[in-house]
Amino acid sequence: MTENATNDNNQHDWLNEHGDYLYRFALARLRDPHLAEDAVQDTLLAAIQNQSYSGKSAPRTWLTGILKHKIIDLMRKQMREQATEDIAEDLPEEPGMDEFFAEDNRHWSDKPQTWGAPENLLEQKQFLTILQDCMDRLPAKLAALFMMREVHESDNEEICKEFDISATNAWVMLYRARMGLRKCLELHWLGK
Amino acid sequence: MLSCKDASRLISQSLDRRLTWHERFGLRVHLMICDVCSRFRKQVELIRAAVQRMTRQIEQDEHLVLSHAAKTRIADAIKSKREHVASDDGHQNH
Repeated sequence: MTENATNDNNQHDWLNEHGDYLYRFALARLRDPHLAEDAVQDTLLAAIQNQSYSGKSAPRTWLTGILKHKIIDLMRKQMREQATEDIAEDLPEEPGMDEFFAEDNRHWSDKPQTWGAPENLLEQKQFLTILQDCMDRLPAKLAALFMMREVHESDNEEICKEFDISATNAWVMLYRARMGLRKCLELHWLGK
Repeated sequence: MLSCKDASRLISQSLDRRLTWHERFGLRVHLMICDVCSRFRKQVELIRAAVQRMTRQIEQDEHLVLSHAAKTRIADAIKSKREHVASDDGHQNH
């Protein structure tokens, strides 16, 4: 009986104790404050609905597990919202990649330039800010996929399953995202 | 010999899957003689590292918190949900 009472009290505190942590976790992955708030809300509501918390793992660990699923749900929604617009995204050929390569399809027409020492770049706030801006500019579908892969660190199998796309599509879209980001970053970093 | 376009594709894919021995070999040969693609690879790897750094920074920044409005909204939603759940079943929690 005492255990039940403890569980109930802990649940009441979960928003206060873990809310901000969960919010940061979600924000790091969704990069949108409103979406992150939604993810936290969905998580805490699911936790109450579920009532399956056994007390075996720390509450934060358990809640984070739920949160990860909610984040994927939100990312999947973002992917779907673009579905009708960018049908070209689903083609194996890559329109738009031509701008990077010469007509012979072999050489770079737009060569990557030198950026400077990597260790220094990672330290520079402005570099990271420009990168974030470039990520914000990616088409929503590419952005969601890129985030799933790079931030959520989902493997290809999980990505294909969650987003219902083929492995080839996933690679093509990640390639596009990386090419686009690299170009955008270079333009704004060197152009400053 | 791999084209730069093919090399750039493989470089991107190498971040997501294991390349076959054949692909790895072809890419290595290309990178030995192509400075531009070597640069591309470093930059793509740098982007990965930078994204991960940003992620860690956000996770650890204690100034980032739920707004007061958000906390209130969530607390209200929790309260409604709890009442809903309680009225739905009269069982005790296990």
